[in-house]
Amino acid sequence: MSTTATTRIVGAPVPRKEGVDKLVGRAQYVDDIERDGMWHGATVRSTIPRGIIRSVSFDPCIDWSEFTIVTAADVPGKNHIQLIVADQPCLAEGQVNHCDEAILLLAHPDKHKLLDAVRAVKIEYDPLPAVLSIEESEKQDPVILGEDNIIKSFLLEKGDVDSVWATAAHIVEGEYRTGAQEHLYIENNGMIAEWSAENGITVWGSLQCPYYVHKTLRAVFDLPDEKVRVIQTETGGAFGGKEDYPSTLGAHAGLLAMKSGHVVKMIYDRMEDLAATTKRHPSRVRHRTAVDKDGKLLAMEIDLATDGGAYSTLSSTVLSRATLHSCGPYVCPNIRVSSHAWATNTIPYGAFRGFGAPQAIFAIERHMDEIAAVLGIDPVELRRRNFLHDGDRNLTDQLMREPVILDQLLDHALAESDYFAKRERYARENAASAVKRGIGIAAFYHGSGFTGSGELYLNSLAGVDVTADGKVRVLVSNTEFGQGTNTILTQIAAEALNLDFSDVMMAPADTAHIPNSGPTVASRTSMVVGRLVERASLQLITMLREYAGLGEHPAREEFFAACERYRATHGKVESLCRYEAPPGIYWDDKKYHGEAYPAYAWAIYVAQVVVDTVTYSAEVEDFWAVQEVGRVLHPVLAKGQIEGGVAQGIGYALYEKVVWQNGHMANNQMTNYIMPTAADVPPIHVFFEEIPFRYGGYGAKGIGELPHDGPAPAILNAIRDATGVEFDTIPLLPEDLFTQLSALQAPAQRVHPPAVEPAVL
Amino acid sequence: MSEHWPIIRMTLNGVDRSVQTPPMKRLLDVLREDLRLTGTKEGCGEGECGSCSVRMDGELVNSCLVPVLQAEGAVIQTVEGLAANDKLHPLQEAFLKCGGAQCGICTPGMLMAAAQLIERNPHPGMAEIREGLAGNLCRCTGFMRIFESVIAAAAEAPESAMERVPNAR
Repeated sequence: MSTTATTRIVGAPVPRKEGVDKLVGRAQYVDDIERDGMWHGATVRSTIPRGIIRSVSFDPCIDWSEFTIVTAADVPGKNHIQLIVADQPCLAEGQVNHCDEAILLLAHPDKHKLLDAVRAVKIEYDPLPAVLSIEESEKQDPVILGEDNIIKSFLLEKGDVDSVWATAAHIVEGEYRTGAQEHLYIENNGMIAEWSAENGITVWGSLQCPYYVHKTLRAVFDLPDEKVRVIQTETGGAFGGKEDYPSTLGAHAGLLAMKSGHVVKMIYDRMEDLAATTKRHPSRVRHRTAVDKDGKLLAMEIDLATDGGAYSTLSSTVLSRATLHSCGPYVCPNIRVSSHAWATNTIPYGAFRGFGAPQAIFAIERHMDEIAAVLGIDPVELRRRNFLHDGDRNLTDQLMREPVILDQLLDHALAESDYFAKRERYARENAASAVKRGIGIAAFYHGSGFTGSGELYLNSLAGVDVTADGKVRVLVSNTEFGQGTNTILTQIAAEALNLDFSDVMMAPADTAHIPNSGPTVASRTSMVVGRLVERASLQLITMLREYAGLGEHPAREEFFAACERYRATHGKVESLCRYEAPPGIYWDDKKYHGEAYPAYAWAIYVAQVVVDTVTYSAEVEDFWAVQEVGRVLHPVLAKGQIEGGVAQGIGYALYEKVVWQNGHMANNQMTNYIMPTAADVPPIHVFFEEIPFRYGGYGAKGIGELPHDGPAPAILNAIRDATGVEFDTIPLLPEDLFTQLSALQAPAQRVHPPAVEPAVL
Repeated sequence: MSEHWPIIRMTLNGVDRSVQTPPMKRLLDVLREDLRLTGTKEGCGEGECGSCSVRMDGELVNSCLVPVLQAEGAVIQTVEGLAANDKLHPLQEAFLKCGGAQCGICTPGMLMAAAQLIERNPHPGMAEIREGLAGNLCRCTGFMRIFESVIAAAAEAPESAMERVPNAR
């Protein structure tokens, strides 16, 4: 373990491993790949949220003999895409349960003929009543999934909440809502598939988790492991959006390839990608909190609901992470969290950076400001009085064994942002100005890696090998989609093997050649997989010392010479390691009690906003992100992760609204689904405090999801500071500010905008 | 290929090219499909994201909005034409050093927008950088590393570059 030792490559700003290929236009994304005789595929989708398929007919204006047509009847194996529960069909069979659900697939050699063909497939339905919101689902009439519309529920209890209410100095209640959010990776989903009786099915595509796709294809095609091969192509952004959907698209492209006998490419355009693929779960969180006269948290009762969409997909695990992050980084002796994921007739919601935590953290961090307002103390002070410290226990009774430095992070953030001086100045200046400024904070932690026993179930295997031409390769199924997987894992191997950065490369992300080191999700790559690569590298050195005469402190040439001696006697030079949990990990999945995560990343974010009470615009003027993520493996990539996450969080808070019309995303274009641009983002000041985590790769904890957790509550807290008005729903658009602020303004102050149609359509 | 289609001639990355193709085909598709230059990417197909940005006769254009007939006789530069003789362009060097590219899908368009910006304005201020890149969406970086990359590349730019462009500020 070398977490405190001086390192040569870990922590250095080495160039991104695949950087040059991306910068010169050479990197091969899925749509850049051409194959001789390749056909193109397209999808016929439902146009209603729920109903029985009465008939499918084909308009004779099209020569259908030129097309390959695939329906559910063509699925050789199981007609489902199973992430956790097998309730989502690969192709709808008899009934549709959401708009834009795939019913039928078409392939043709000329992709320009597909659009007309898709339109020429007529589907008639007997509509069924649809459920389109959490509240409608809660009524359980109609029941659209299982027996009660509940995809998953959790009850987490600590202490005795009910004993506290009668004697508490204050009880503060609040309800907080978050909307759907689209990943908006700039590369849409896409897959190429090839099938042969001899080799089975091979897919190439834009994806995060090769072995998730592999598992789906095995089931859909009823094939053994060795006849399914999944190869990741360069992936143009994912953010969780390519965690589960590629399984569906891979199966679709594969079915067309099998039936047509040709290689088939399926590339979604933006409108299809937005309408048909997963998004962040909408949420509604109700808090009831008892505090003493000094603001100490005495009891927290939390009712957390998410909209899961039409099928289970990953909703249960998203709900789990939301539940576990719902109390924030605070000490409270009495807690009850009751959480439910509700089925609705909308597209299945899925993984998105933070995975339920941003929703839960928005609620608790907004709520903390409301508690502070009731008590008449500064929100910073309220948080400080309740922070977790080393030796405390959190909501699952997990003992905080590692150092917790929230106070230090807070002090740093307050100093950098000049928080108190600005708060005082804005309070003084705002009264006389229509343009009001505010500053707000959010304190939070994010669990790294899979929840509870998740990493043990994954049982990840990762390692390194050495090729005959003298390159070390990192063997993992963890993928690069912008975050820097390639770079940090090769840094770790090069460091541990005492080689140059250029000596180490990634093995191709191809299930025929790489072990299953688990999915590239849950902020687990640096910590969990990084540690496996570190261990496997150190193990390789031991192997070479034992069997190939490698000496102490070998020069680079001696290392490779020893590898060749090892190869001569052992055939190949490969070292693999399997996951081992840090010691003392105990988790009770039934009671939700114990060590929920092996480590947490901690952060304090501060947002400075300006709200124009004439135009009702709200903008973030400046932003500070101070965090402790263990060892920072690469200073530039780490900053990039934080800044990118903060920008997405700003979008989540103030820009990005999915507009639903009868269960269909009505604004499924970049023209009217608005993300922050270069002109919108504020300066984002990023600071790291480093406390190496001894069980992470060279001391790293998770980093990727953390930055999406804090911006939205910090921004809405700042808007509350600016306006004195409580806003509890995101996204908060100018029209929402108008509605709430104008209701409070004296009639003479109001500026009435002209009546216009909503701009989204 | 149809003999009824016109032959479109253009100077692409310094090389004269001609292609017989439907006149209303998008320049983006002609570059990617007919000429197999796949560095230029499609992100939205409606001129919002800028991933397909190329330079055409000294202007930055969204190649998804340009019918190829408009490119007849034009001088076009794509990301493949930025590096000269295997030597990275200063912007590419700066993006590599400063972390301006993450997933890389917006990068070709972003580089073309940045190249357009610093050629017209070799030492842009932050407001000018933000404006110059506002038509190019990046979902990964939050733009900070990109701004830093452009500033770093601009610092390398010789003052004389200003003299080459008549309307440079």
